[in-house]
Amino acid sequence: MKILVVTEQREGKFNKVSFETVAAAQQIVQQTKGSLTGVVLGKGVAPLADELAGSQLEEVLLVEHDLLDKYTPDGYSLALRQVIESTKPDLILLPHTYQVRDFAPKLAASMGKGMIGDCIGYRYENGKLIFVRQMFQGRTAADVVFAGDGPWIASFQASAFRADLAAKHASGKAPVKSDSVDLKPEQIRTKPLELFREAKQAVDLTQAPILVSIGRGIKAPENIPMAEKLAKLLGGEICASRPICDEGWLPMERQIGSSGQTVAPKLYFALGISGAIQHVVGMKGSRTIAAINKDQNAPIFEVADYGIVGDLFEIVPAIIAELEKS
Amino acid sequence: MKIGVCVKQVPAKDAPLAIVDGGAWIRESDIGFETNEPDSYALEEALRLKEKHGGEVVAISMGPERAKQTIKEALAKGADRGIHVADDQFYKLDPLGSARSMAAAIKAENFDLILTGLQSDDQGFGQTGVLLAELLGRPHATIIMAIEVTDSHMKLKRELEAGWFQWVELPLPAVLSIQSGINKPRYATLKGIMAAKKKEIATVQRATLGVPDTPTQHVEKIYVPHKAKQTEFITGQPKEIAAKLIEKLKHEARVL
Repeated sequence: MKILVVTEQREGKFNKVSFETVAAAQQIVQQTKGSLTGVVLGKGVAPLADELAGSQLEEVLLVEHDLLDKYTPDGYSLALRQVIESTKPDLILLPHTYQVRDFAPKLAASMGKGMIGDCIGYRYENGKLIFVRQMFQGRTAADVVFAGDGPWIASFQASAFRADLAAKHASGKAPVKSDSVDLKPEQIRTKPLELFREAKQAVDLTQAPILVSIGRGIKAPENIPMAEKLAKLLGGEICASRPICDEGWLPMERQIGSSGQTVAPKLYFALGISGAIQHVVGMKGSRTIAAINKDQNAPIFEVADYGIVGDLFEIVPAIIAELEKS
Repeated sequence: MKIGVCVKQVPAKDAPLAIVDGGAWIRESDIGFETNEPDSYALEEALRLKEKHGGEVVAISMGPERAKQTIKEALAKGADRGIHVADDQFYKLDPLGSARSMAAAIKAENFDLILTGLQSDDQGFGQTGVLLAELLGRPHATIIMAIEVTDSHMKLKRELEAGWFQWVELPLPAVLSIQSGINKPRYATLKGIMAAKKKEIATVQRATLGVPDTPTQHVEKIYVPHKAKQTEFITGQPKEIAAKLIEKLKHEARVL
């Protein structure tokens, strides 16, 4: 299978999910006895193409254009479509980032093709490539296969594969080839303006050794002091899944997950968090995970070391009492 | 401004999911359904834009007969009319087939703006907005946290990852996927619920739209996920659980 792996960079830095996707692509290429080409898009990104060339790939395509300096969905889809038409891959793999979900479905549809997005893994069985993704907020998994002719487009969720397992190039470096694309300013309908951060992060959750994290199960803001008390007794910080911050019950800077911070504390204590993939990607690297949830089928229990099925409003006070005792 | 907002009906958050027919889908007969939560943010944003700039809000939903309930809820919150794209087997559609059907059903409406939620809480493909834009030849932007409309343009705040944001400008007409948390969705008032009874819901049978049945992908089966870790479940009375957990965190995991 001929595979094109499209990396993502911003301001001259790779998004780390890029190399996780390279690792996935290398595995698929090995199993399907195919070839792998890496793609770097942007302007002034030759050093990144050189960095990518250190991975085990056939070659790296360096696609540069003034109109690719800042990301736009029009620019990226038009450029990649030209790359796909000239290289004719069977499969295009991308990291499932906010940027990719912004343009990859459009790229696929512009060719009359489909995209299987947000995959957490794949299986290669009897010559068939099966992509695994989540449905129902992680409560079920789904096996999804492409139908019809390629090129096929799929994206892998963050931490679905390990970037450090991406193989280095056997003989040092893969060749880097410049590929020119034809883009006109009038084709780009989005005008990208400045990038910014909302506020200085007052709290760096990545440095906290213990995190007590709350989800929808906390039910009301009045119940948050209970979780805060537990965090304080454990010597940790409080954080939350996205819906809690959306409600304004905790500030956005305390959000864990794909749109918030990624953490790996020694203990992550999830209270009333169902464990949707967007949250799990931000915490599954934690050394020990404990979770309380009333639903024994909650996906949080797929990653938890210690699970408690029950009412957190009965169990958390009991834990607090036990901690205060000692 | 004429605004179309896509709202989907999904199984209620606490609905038990029973996988049926060898993994084809879930049993729908004995569970409750609700409006996809991310879509409620898109609806709220549409209503606020109408309040500020005038115009009309049309709620569009594809699904079986029950999906009308989601349209009715949108009407009760203040949408002006609804379009129901009816299909009992709509869960079988792939993202492109689904978007092609929606595009065919609403093309003639010539909306100035189409809003969608970020993704659905059931299948979660997260592609509908971007695909609608491509199929209707409109520009788009996703994961939107603020909208400022000026004449024929919009200034939009896009959320990026890891706490970063970006302002982008886009001409109208356009399609936007709204990020959850952009606003506080309103509740329907009793007056709104009464007024909704007089509002029109047009039904279009998806089968009559002439959308080719050529799926690009299909779901082979859904199943309960395989566990990544062997979870040790701690059981008993709350007091016992607390003591056991702390013991384990101290002496087994050694994290306290």
